Amino acid sequence: MGDLNPLSAWRRFLALPNDSRTKTLIVAFLVAGVCALMVSGATVLLRPIQAANRAAEEQARLGALVAGVPGMEDLLARSDGALSTVVVDLDRGGAAEGVTPAGLEAALGDAGNWTDLAQADDVAGLGRRPDLAQIYLLRQDDAVRLLLLPMVGSGYNGQIRALMALQGDMATVAGLAITAQQETPGLGARIEEPAWLAQFPGRQAVDDSGQVRFAVARGQASSIHEVDGITGATRTSNGVTQMVRFWLGPKGYGPLLDAIRRGEF
Amino acid sequence: MPPPAAAAPATTPAAPTVGLSRQRLWRALTEPLLRQNPVTLQILGICSALAVTTSLAAALTMSAALTAVVVMAAGIISVIRRHIPPSIRNIVQIVIIASLVVVIDQVIRAYLPDLSRRLSVFVSLIATNCIVMGRTESFARRNPPLPAMADALGNGLGYSIVLILIGTVRELFGAGTLMGRPILVSVDAGGWYEPLGLMLLPPSAFFLLGFLVWAVRSRWPEQAEPPDFVPPDVAEGRP
Repeated sequence: MGDLNPLSAWRRFLALPNDSRTKTLIVAFLVAGVCALMVSGATVLLRPIQAANRAAEEQARLGALVAGVPGMEDLLARSDGALSTVVVDLDRGGAAEGVTPAGLEAALGDAGNWTDLAQADDVAGLGRRPDLAQIYLLRQDDAVRLLLLPMVGSGYNGQIRALMALQGDMATVAGLAITAQQETPGLGARIEEPAWLAQFPGRQAVDDSGQVRFAVARGQASSIHEVDGITGATRTSNGVTQMVRFWLGPKGYGPLLDAIRRGEF
Repeated sequence: MPPPAAAAPATTPAAPTVGLSRQRLWRALTEPLLRQNPVTLQILGICSALAVTTSLAAALTMSAALTAVVVMAAGIISVIRRHIPPSIRNIVQIVIIASLVVVIDQVIRAYLPDLSRRLSVFVSLIATNCIVMGRTESFARRNPPLPAMADALGNGLGYSIVLILIGTVRELFGAGTLMGRPILVSVDAGGWYEPLGLMLLPPSAFFLLGFLVWAVRSRWPEQAEPPDFVPPDVAEGRP
């Protein structure tokens, strides 16, 4: 092994018999190394494009959700077609101080901005919840007319992400859009179908006493608070119920909704 | 340098190519299109063939992805074929194939986000597609890069032909559209065509594939397999 010239070492390696242990090990490591480089290279290089795609899709769903609410087109046109984006502090129920939408991602990278949820509070099965959330709203003469709340819950196969639009009374649902889900195609994944989502506008998510009453029914909806369940997707249906109940409840956007009802936001 | 692995008896129809003649290349490319089609003759890779054929666009993307993976995998494995230790042969092949699949999946996600949502897990599942592994194991491992890639391209295209055929029929009759463009105007859109919902469900792909295999084997009877089992001639069985 006196010759350390890499070229001749490489030749010597290639000349080894294929079933020698040294060659087997070196080939295994070389193949693994080259493949790892290839995979991580592709992932890193393409990540910005994928993130931009996801953001564009979310924006498109946001636009479609707002356009689907009657009367919002005019309002949107009057406010130059843009929704206001606000980062809110969930516990205080008001705008977060010193955090802009652009800085939200960095702020959420800090574990101090997350709250661990006690078992009893953790309706949606999240484990922990961010203290800050980016919401969208449309105002008319200082009153909030439409509020768009991002939500996350647990479905059958993974997280369900959604955007819920609430009317100015903070009780009537104006629409729901599912932004991400991994439910079973043909069963749970039907929560993405327009026909199912079309039931949401007009539902009373919160009753007169301020109690969150929204539910995905088992079978047919029987009250103004419910939407029809999806046959064969009980876990997904429950996941949507729990998600909405958690996020409209006291540990979710509850304090914010109270503040808006009092006209303090 | 050790001699290449001796040309072992071919287990699959494609015999190892020794020379590099143009005719051989052409045969390696065209044989798998119809006469040795991986889907209709060998019934390989039908899981994805059934799952992604509800629309022509998805079938085309899947075909392109599989063809790209099988050609690249065959090329790479053929280049290093003399240095793959036999004891870890399959692992090396799978690692290479799986990495190529991840790269292709990431590219589709970045540049064709809508289609990638429709194809969901099936692009990642190319890693387990028998066609890819079958071609690298039976052909690319024993042949120089050019014929190996020609053979892989032929098999990829053979798979594509079946996918495109089934995808066309399913989309046309299931939704009345082709590539999303209305061809048969459906009743919902004020036309006359009542879409055949069955065509969009998985069983229809089985039926179509069954008819296709039947048609191919009627045209080329030598493709039909001999029966596995011949019932004994017993007295009670006779009329």
